[in-house]
Amino acid sequence: MSAATRALSRFWRPTSSDVGGPPPLPVLTCACCALLVVAAIFGNWLAPYSKEAVSLGASLLPPAWESGGTMAHLLGTDQLGRDILSRLIAGTRISLATAAAATLVSGAFGVLVGLVAGYVGGFVESIAMRIVDAFLALPFILLALALVATLGTGFGNIIMVMVIANWARYARLVRSEVLSVKQRDFVTLARIAGVRPFVIMLRHVLPNVLNSVVVLAILDVGRAIILESSLSFLGVGIQPPDVSWGLMLADGRTLMGFAWWLTTLPGLMIVFAVLSFNSLGRWLHVRFDPRGQL
Amino acid sequence: MLLEVRNLSVAFGPVSRPVRAVAGVDLDIGAGEIVGIAGESGSGKTTLCAALVRALPRAARVSGDIRFAGRSIHALSREELRQVRGREIAMILQNPMTSLDPLFTIGNQLGEVLATRCDVPAPQLRGRELELLRSVHITAPEERLRQYPHELSGGMRQRVLIAMAGSMAPKLLLADEPTTALDATIQEEILVLFRELRDLRGTAIAIVTHDLGVIRRICDRIVVMYAGRIVEEGPVAAVFAAPRHPYTRALLASVPVLDGDRVQVQAIAGQVPNLADLGDFCAFADRCPMAIDQCRAQAPPQTALGQQRRVFCWRADEMS
Repeated sequence: MSAATRALSRFWRPTSSDVGGPPPLPVLTCACCALLVVAAIFGNWLAPYSKEAVSLGASLLPPAWESGGTMAHLLGTDQLGRDILSRLIAGTRISLATAAAATLVSGAFGVLVGLVAGYVGGFVESIAMRIVDAFLALPFILLALALVATLGTGFGNIIMVMVIANWARYARLVRSEVLSVKQRDFVTLARIAGVRPFVIMLRHVLPNVLNSVVVLAILDVGRAIILESSLSFLGVGIQPPDVSWGLMLADGRTLMGFAWWLTTLPGLMIVFAVLSFNSLGRWLHVRFDPRGQL
Repeated sequence: MLLEVRNLSVAFGPVSRPVRAVAGVDLDIGAGEIVGIAGESGSGKTTLCAALVRALPRAARVSGDIRFAGRSIHALSREELRQVRGREIAMILQNPMTSLDPLFTIGNQLGEVLATRCDVPAPQLRGRELELLRSVHITAPEERLRQYPHELSGGMRQRVLIAMAGSMAPKLLLADEPTTALDATIQEEILVLFRELRDLRGTAIAIVTHDLGVIRRICDRIVVMYAGRIVEEGPVAAVFAAPRHPYTRALLASVPVLDGDRVQVQAIAGQVPNLADLGDFCAFADRCPMAIDQCRAQAPPQTALGQQRRVFCWRADEMS
């Protein structure tokens, strides 16, 4: 490994420190994630133009560094003369909000199912885990198309589709973690001391499995971004006038040979966002779950 | 009698070839008594303890009768059992390092027990927590309340656990290998705590251990178990002075003795038998230096030696 790649990996995705002990904070990764979050929250104020501002006189302008580009539109414009940079920033909000909401809901639901299944055990566990298996076997894209075709598009429905695709993984992880925490002495002792099962589950089992859940959730944000982009690309996700990276990809694909920036730039944004959150998740994983159970 | 166990058996595995971890055990524990249950690994000591509070895995098949303060443990409803657990029968486990939840402070965990199990009102919690830590001679209790389990030593944690168990003023404390994970000087201090608990609160204590030194130092009575059965029982002084079962004698002989510069250890030849293959005869016969044909044909009957002593051996009379 060259010195340069070593330096990069140190800031991007350190998996162990030079002197042993926990891996150091990946500064670059954190900065990228923070940048995305800031763009999502304050995008309205940061973007130079409104995402819907049409200007037919300035359509299909290339990025500023290409011949014919202008500094007024740093990353160029699309068929209707809308500013690409502003639309990418607006897309950040949609993508991150969808991913965060879907991850939160599927996490909460999956944790609930996994916790009850793992702690109660027996018949309840068997039933719950077979349902989990069934959900993990569903072909996601087909399911999404079918659901959106029947329920219609809309923010709520998209999140529901993503929850259906993701919750089972949390349930499976939490259930396996609960099985091991349940065996630990402090849980046995609480039971023998006559603490109510419900209290043990909430006070001792749940907090001890949350670590892994947080790691999986951060890793899942990247996954959720890809899911949302795929749905939007297929036309069953975010609908205009809202903007999403997947939607921009779909809009620009007919002009790919002629105006590369219409597809390349949103594509790069997806890659950038997914890489950033995956890196953060990887680091959290090594830092907080060194046994590697994910 | 506080605790009366009659003909208790615990079996695992297939009905056709059961593994009888506890086989036909009779045991009495009186109020305020300290009883030591001795035996090597796999002799059924821990299973016996778990059976007393119905904490066995679901797969276990239990028969026989356990009466605590006159009530049958097996007849208790789920809620009644929960009330008995902790408040009347408390337990301490072997490893103090894993017996506390690593995510919460000592104060938090003591407070949980006090609030949910002893109905201590919130304003008095802190005072009671400090009182508890002082009762087990923990120094700087204010500071300990704010600390997490990993910041405390093993001995310190075992003290916290004893304080927790004692907080509910149980009538019986089951201590499963309470000193095994601790070093010798700490062991002594923990044993002192047990004696104080008994003397001050009148708590009966059952200590399960393979360390005969612990039993000699603190117990009133010793119960020796082998392969799930009781082989000998009696007052500590009498049994240590003159064991009447070959297994007890071998166990006592296996304690290292410092003889001049050399440490002498007499190991017991052979291994604990597979519990699934035990026939209806003396389980120790294969390893016993005194075994005769009768030992391999018939289970030895109980021989009562005075009021408190009994032994299960065909040749008990020849052992004195």
